[in-house]
Amino acid sequence: MELAFIIEKFALILVIFVISLTIAAYSTLAERKIAGFLQDRVGPNRAGPGGMFQPLADGLKMFFKEEIIPTESSTALFILGPSLALFTSFLGSAVIPWGQDVEIAGRMVSLQITDINVGMLYIFGVVSLGVYGIMIGGWASNNKFSLMGAVRAASQNISYEIPMGLSIIALLMSTNTLSMKEIAEQQHGINWNIFYQPLGFLIFLVCSFAETNRTPFDLPECETELVGGYHTEYSGFKMGAYMFAEYLNMFLASAVMSTLYFGGYNYPGMDWVNEMAGSVIGPFIGMGVLILKIFAFIFLFMWVRWTVPRFRYDQLMNLGWKILIPLAIANIVITGIVITIFEKL
Amino acid sequence: MEPLSNRKKVLEQKPMNFWERLYLPAIFQGMIITFRHMFKKKETVFYPEFQREFSENWRGMHSLKRDEEGRERCTACGLCALSCPAEAITMIAAERQKGEEALYREEKYAAVYEINMLRCIFCGLCEEACPKEAIYLDGPIVPADYLRKDFIYGKDKLVEEPLKLQQD
Repeated sequence: MELAFIIEKFALILVIFVISLTIAAYSTLAERKIAGFLQDRVGPNRAGPGGMFQPLADGLKMFFKEEIIPTESSTALFILGPSLALFTSFLGSAVIPWGQDVEIAGRMVSLQITDINVGMLYIFGVVSLGVYGIMIGGWASNNKFSLMGAVRAASQNISYEIPMGLSIIALLMSTNTLSMKEIAEQQHGINWNIFYQPLGFLIFLVCSFAETNRTPFDLPECETELVGGYHTEYSGFKMGAYMFAEYLNMFLASAVMSTLYFGGYNYPGMDWVNEMAGSVIGPFIGMGVLILKIFAFIFLFMWVRWTVPRFRYDQLMNLGWKILIPLAIANIVITGIVITIFEKL
Repeated sequence: MEPLSNRKKVLEQKPMNFWERLYLPAIFQGMIITFRHMFKKKETVFYPEFQREFSENWRGMHSLKRDEEGRERCTACGLCALSCPAEAITMIAAERQKGEEALYREEKYAAVYEINMLRCIFCGLCEEACPKEAIYLDGPIVPADYLRKDFIYGKDKLVEEPLKLQQD
């Protein structure tokens, strides 16, 4: 392995790390702002112009708060919980293709940290690991509300991973690859997967709301009935880590949905733009487009949160097992039939 | 049983049709409604900079009034303290000395007049009890503070500003 390769990858990792941190931090502000706007309020506006430095203030507050570790809890697991949640939510962005290859000093630099050929499975693995953070934290707190939140999180994530995986299988049948880079490349221009898999996208969207524990599926942390769910006993920075992990997960889910169904860095007229802007600027414009799509999805997440009330637990399970899974299977069958017909023609 | 009024209306509860059971149309409807609210006029009043107008019968902080010549109206009769249901008012009366006629209207005045703002419930009974029209709850909101003792407001905070003298 040459030195330039290592430097290039480290630079990319650093950049994406910083970008996801910033976006997650500012998501907290965006959430409060959007909540305000949707409710005819203005949201936080005191820290800096228009509340610009609110995430900074929130972060500082989290750091300086007293950290309480309950005496009856198992300390090691209590610390492991939020660390794991934060850790796993960072891992997923490694396989997201952020743009086309860039030519820098005669080298083709890929704007993707690693292009593993099972990229989609990798994301699934990482996302399902995320529930361990919640599980361990809720168990270690030694509190009935935390435990109930954790149990809910576990069953919810397992239930919704099945339709999510099934909706991906239908996508797989039409793209014939698991590599995120190839999936992104196939959607050149406006040839996006959403036009081939509208039902699959809908199922995937609903499942990502459930996987990221966002309203209307935020049963693991519902304030009204479980005090605070799995993070009832958490305070200070550990609480912050859980919150941050949630926003990072939202960012990752948005990135995955944009890449799988909405063309990733592709946009109509991109060939013309690439010709005009050159092979260095062009891919970065594509990266900007991808980030815009991610913002749009994050807005959707927040918009839904401040519109739709929380599901009841049995309704959640009904939706997952009785509606989404049969729908996803039907989607697979329909996709299979359509593909076969088109191949025969 | 005979209904007491004919206003009872039996609502028909039909089972949901397919479109309603899909949930999604209803969710989109709701989302359109919330989206419209993004562009509506914001209701927020930026409090410390701007204040909402109080209504006519608003009862805020007390003020001890002066008469037209700038003399304190209060004669320390104690009716306000007596009428106070929260027992927030205490006072110590004193006799007016020679040469103090410009300060106090009656022969007796309140040397100490204290209202405990933590006890006060702003009912306005003191205002009604006062025979001399000396106390009115026409002030602003009582501000927050850190110590309990700072909520006991004495004459320094309650008495109205003295009138500007004519000869100035």
